[in-house]
Amino acid sequence: MSNNILIVAEGRAEGLKKVSFELVNTAQQLAAALGGAVEGVVIGSNVGAWAEALVKAGLAKVYVADDAGLGAFAPESFADALAQVIKLAQPAIVLFGATGWGKEVSARTAAKLDWGLVTDCIAAHVENGALVLTRPIYSGKAIAQVRAKSLPVMVSIRPNIVPPVEANNPAAPIEKVAVTLKEPRAKVVETVVKAKSKVDLGEANIVVSGGRGVKGPEGFAPVQELADTLGGALGASRAAVDAGWIDYTHQVGQTGKTVAPKLYIAAGISGAIQHLAGMSSSKVIVAINKDPDAPIFKIADYGVVGDLFQVLPALNGEIKKLG
Amino acid sequence: MAFNIVVLLKRVPDTESKITLRDNAVVTDGLNFVLDPYAEYGLEKALQLVEQHGGKVTAVLFGPEDAKETIRKALAVGADEAIHIVDPALEGGDAGTTARVLAAALKKIPFDMVWAGKQAVDDDNAQVPVRVAELLDLPHVNSVIEFEPAADGKAARCVREVDGERDVMVTSLPAVFTAQQGLGEVRYPSLKGIMGAKKKPITDWNAAALGIDPAQVGKAGARVEILKLEPPPARPPGKIIPGDAETAAKELARLLHEEAKVI
Ligand SMILES: Cc1cc2nc3c(=O)[nH]c(=O)nc-3n(C[C@H](O)[C@H](O)[C@H](O)COP(=O)(O)OP(=O)(O)OC[C@H]3O[C@@H](n4cnc5c(N)ncnc54)[C@H](O)[C@@H]3O)c2cc1C
Ligand SMILES: Cc1cc2nc3c(=O)[nH]c(=O)nc-3n(C[C@H](O)[C@H](O)[C@H](O)COP(=O)(O)OP(=O)(O)OC[C@H]3O[C@@H](n4cnc5c(N)ncnc54)[C@H](O)[C@@H]3O)c2cc1C
Repeated sequence: MSNNILIVAEGRAEGLKKVSFELVNTAQQLAAALGGAVEGVVIGSNVGAWAEALVKAGLAKVYVADDAGLGAFAPESFADALAQVIKLAQPAIVLFGATGWGKEVSARTAAKLDWGLVTDCIAAHVENGALVLTRPIYSGKAIAQVRAKSLPVMVSIRPNIVPPVEANNPAAPIEKVAVTLKEPRAKVVETVVKAKSKVDLGEANIVVSGGRGVKGPEGFAPVQELADTLGGALGASRAAVDAGWIDYTHQVGQTGKTVAPKLYIAAGISGAIQHLAGMSSSKVIVAINKDPDAPIFKIADYGVVGDLFQVLPALNGEIKKLG
Repeated sequence: MAFNIVVLLKRVPDTESKITLRDNAVVTDGLNFVLDPYAEYGLEKALQLVEQHGGKVTAVLFGPEDAKETIRKALAVGADEAIHIVDPALEGGDAGTTARVLAAALKKIPFDMVWAGKQAVDDDNAQVPVRVAELLDLPHVNSVIEFEPAADGKAARCVREVDGERDVMVTSLPAVFTAQQGLGEVRYPSLKGIMGAKKKPITDWNAAALGIDPAQVGKAGARVEILKLEPPPARPPGKIIPGDAETAAKELARLLHEEAKVI
């Protein structure tokens, strides 16, 4: 085992996800404390463009496992490929983004290699030579500090917790890894709903969400307009999703997405504990609600007591004026 | 095409619970414990499949002695029998050792599929079922919202929801599936179900029954340990912006731009 940190890059059709570059940031801090180098890995099929983007992120090396068998997602194949790269790279720590993909691939790979895994962390540091991770549990009602009893270990880090590094460094060397894969038994055969918005809810810098207070599917129009103006993603409470006003993929909360944007605007959302579980680590929270006693105001940095159908369009107009 | 289905159920505090911490642990006295809600969706799917196709639902719960009460809830809604893995020697581990314990139990139960929750709502690891699949060399499908077995009962077609996308996944059986909200509404126990649950068998298994090496599980086998548990940092008190919609919106935009600097 080396003292190196390996970050597992993640992408979609449009390119690498921002979280990949955030992982480099976290890895650099850990590598400085452990005295190792930061390396990255890209896995998939036809991922040359992802590798090209990653090599400029200030890494010591980028492993590329590019194999036709890694086209459609198949958990067994991805875990298999990654385990082969890890055996070659011998890192002390492997970092993933705590996305659905990252959580799934990390768990399968950790079991394959018999490593520990700490999921969905919001901070990582080295203390007396040991890796200590901070992670919310009980939907954010408590914060745990977890120590890896030994290295190597795998960790997934929540998106948006640290800024991404700039990808403007001299290109790192690429090491192509020829992986041997078996035919997977479970695999994706079709994608039925593509991520709709340009901005992925989990990674968005700004999220504007509507709840039962929007009163119907049309009520999401002013919420969507504000999200568009701000270049943000559209979120929703479970009440709005359960009512069928908006697709489940927008749900924020314990049984939906966990988001930590720099700005979260909740309109017509009361602030139930299960909703807060998905957004309470947002940097700035704005609540718009006509009930001054709504619990959402307790965690909001800025609150407006009023009708969202008046406040949202007005806010949209004011923000447009700011240019 | 009857199905033997095992459902992995964890006992968790109800999500409305107020969490009190003492000595770096959660105070469990007075907490209302429930079946972990995601795993409950899996249980519901298992019950429906057996109602349609025949077979048997076995609930498996690894947890302390007083979790029996929670196991009865699974029997009350229709699980046929339950295995309670209970042994202090197995406690205090991590997701890896939990998976090892559950995998050891699954080796002793014939099954066509295993259902579990996408993640437990207390510790939120989202790794135990996937690890179980790998340990048993089985395929898995995560975050399932629709499920259809193939006509021959040897494969299944699932829709899963991950990172804002919906994919169709196919897998051979046996396999491990994790349930996501949207898979279906869960049923409530009837009085008859609750009474009937008292007569259904719950079998206790300990480390010896599972034939696992104590060094591989519990505290000894864990790769990660808890250092500290703290309440979340309090957020500084917020500002309520006064005035009518126009005035408040204008001031809010200014504050977000100039004070918070987020837009
Ligand atoms: C196991 C479990 C998991 C759950 N997971 C989630 C989850 O992931 N995400 C989630 O969100 N919920 C979740 N819930 C549900 C949660 O408990 C709440 O029921 C839900 O969050 C309520 O949504 P809401 O705030 O939109 O609705 P409500 O609580 O009904 O609040 C609507 C709010 O809108 C305000 N309002 C009404 N009209 C207007 C108007 N014109 N202008 C301004 N304000 C207005 C009202 O004052 C009120 O505060 C979960 C529950 C359970 C039990
Ligand atoms: C504060 C705290 C922090 C922790 N942090 C970590 C950590 O970072 N890494 C780590 O490896 N462990 C950690 N643990 C230990 C871990 O939570 C337990 O080992 C637990 O059994 C597995 O995690 P989970 O319940 O979150 O499982 P998940 O993987 O989230 O559970 C998903 C599903 O697996 C099934 N399942 C899980 N547990 C059981 C069970 N006991 N019986 C039956 N079915 C079950 C259920 O279907 C459940 O829905 C932590 C524990 C605490 C108290």
